[in-house]
Amino acid sequence: MSNHEYTPSSKFGKWFNDRLPLLTLGKHLTDYPTPKNLNYWWTFGGILTFCLITQIVTGLILAMHYVAHADLAFGSVEHIMRNVNYGWLIRYTHANGASMFFLAVYIHIFRSLYYGSYKSPREIIWILGMIIYILMMAAAFMGYVLPWGQMSFWGATVITNLFSAIPLIGESIVTWLWGGYSVDNPTLTRFFSLHYLIPFLILGLVVLHIWALHVPGNNNPIGIDLKKPSKDTVPFHPYIVIKDLFALLIFLIIFAFFVFYSPNILGHADNYIEANPMVTPAHIVPEWYLLPFYAILRSVPDKLLGVIAMFGALFILVILPWLDTSRTRSAIFRPLYKQFYWFLVADVLILGYVGAMPAEGIYLLVARVATAYYFAHFLIILPVLSRKEKVLDVPLSITEPVLGGSVSASALRQKKDKL
Amino acid sequence: MKRFLIIFFFLISINLIHPFSFAAEKAAKPMSPGWSFKGFFGTFDRASLQRGYQVYTEVCASCHSMKHLSYRNLSQPGGPEFSEDQVKIIASQFEVRDGPNDDGEMFDRPGRPSDNFVSPYANDKEATAANGGAYPPDMSVLVKARMGGADYIYSLLLGYEEPPEGISLDDGVYYNKYMAGNKIKMSNPLSEGIVEYADGTKATEEQMAKDVTTFLSWTAEPHLEERHKIGFRAIVYLIIITILVYFSMKKIWSRVESEI
Repeated sequence: MSNHEYTPSSKFGKWFNDRLPLLTLGKHLTDYPTPKNLNYWWTFGGILTFCLITQIVTGLILAMHYVAHADLAFGSVEHIMRNVNYGWLIRYTHANGASMFFLAVYIHIFRSLYYGSYKSPREIIWILGMIIYILMMAAAFMGYVLPWGQMSFWGATVITNLFSAIPLIGESIVTWLWGGYSVDNPTLTRFFSLHYLIPFLILGLVVLHIWALHVPGNNNPIGIDLKKPSKDTVPFHPYIVIKDLFALLIFLIIFAFFVFYSPNILGHADNYIEANPMVTPAHIVPEWYLLPFYAILRSVPDKLLGVIAMFGALFILVILPWLDTSRTRSAIFRPLYKQFYWFLVADVLILGYVGAMPAEGIYLLVARVATAYYFAHFLIILPVLSRKEKVLDVPLSITEPVLGGSVSASALRQKKDKL
Repeated sequence: MKRFLIIFFFLISINLIHPFSFAAEKAAKPMSPGWSFKGFFGTFDRASLQRGYQVYTEVCASCHSMKHLSYRNLSQPGGPEFSEDQVKIIASQFEVRDGPNDDGEMFDRPGRPSDNFVSPYANDKEATAANGGAYPPDMSVLVKARMGGADYIYSLLLGYEEPPEGISLDDGVYYNKYMAGNKIKMSNPLSEGIVEYADGTKATEEQMAKDVTTFLSWTAEPHLEERHKIGFRAIVYLIIITILVYFSMKKIWSRVESEI
């Protein structure tokens, strides 16, 4: 954290701050110099913090009424929906909140990819973010199991069975995860316990994520290092606070449409059928936010290799700062990278689409091509681009392109207008 | 940016539409009679809910349970809104197994509004055995548990047909053009005049299908009216505060030479 001096005005404030410098922290957070050219893609950090807190608060209330037992879970969810005061509101907020959380996190990640926010000196922020993302997926998956509907049960069966692909010890690991020989009550109770734990791990990691961010400061759309504070920066409060709040409110309007007017559109109808180990649903599909990885998993014919590919697709993101070594951060000044960036976005969306489709015929073929391209993007295209790409001139400061008249400056202005 | 948004929304929309293409496998696209409870201000048709309850209790309830509902729900706001006295009478027509009493014995007593709907069978196995090996699903959340929701249930009730040439059906299996695979183990439950509506409405098959589907939509989503009402207020409130915050933001940022 930046080491500026701060002396509280009141005597008690000084006494307290000398012992626990909370007031210094508060001052640091409000004064924190932020690039003034941050666009709305940068508001998702605040939105995500809001999502996490919403999930924790609604989850806390749900846990007061939910019963983690294979025979009672489904009924207790219906009890929440019917008899608990505003239980329907709390549950729909929690269920759709998960989807909104992932929507926001995907925008946040892709913003980082576009503007090169993962590059030096922000690698640790990026890695912490990736750990948060992986924990989010674990939490969401286990949360989806708790209502104990058909998709809960069979989703849990499919995903936990992945571990059986591990040679020799795989079967034992699966039995250990289940707490028995099939997904059953012990699985449900431990998933509930972990589902309660993980959000607090995420919360801790978010604190580290923000702490690590406050060391180098924010990246910005033109991806240059800023002198802080300078005329290129504004204090976090009130400038960024009010802007984040505005973006959060827009986000909340969309959120509210889902909660109040189509609360079940993002879920699967089968999850309103109570879990039945004797009946397998026609199509087992995970929640939408896991579909790209599900597509990668199924596109590989061998089970073990499929699992490796799926986890590899995540791990490859963790080491991204060392795959893309281009010193230019922002895609604005990397014309080729920008093209490939949009190819990657399309690729991931296609993977999501085929992940929801049956793994056969044309879908399987598309999934395989898209999976191959996903890995090629990170393992071939990015390293090659880092060496070969001709980048445009990067301005020296945020104010310079506005005042000056270079080619890149006008390009930048256009870009900013569009955003 | 524009291009990105176009691609993004295109792909999102096919992702949202696809589940219905699954349900449509070997099944006709469900029809919709038009529902009063859809849309921003959608509310249930009270009279239709009451008629729907009559169809449920006289026809469906002989096989299908409704275990997540209580009789008291029938008088709650946003539902069929029978009076509390009516609900007491309705509940008392059912026998509820209670106990053990002070002598340690189970006993039967008339139902009370606080009791859950009495199930037609003692357990799922009995229900399955009594229905030719097909479990009649619990109807509490049935509308939410089927792709296509109310449209699908409505269509299914009216979708019984003579099987086309070349399709042979086993005993106790019926042809329904809206059912996935077209084969269903429930015989056509509705026939004209099978119930006699208390309010004098003519009990055509379409009328009964619409009423009972409306009723089942309410049982699946008993707080729908409240949700629509609160949702509208919440969104109006959010829009107003967003506009206010927007202008404050403009004002604050006017001190800085930058775009927002």
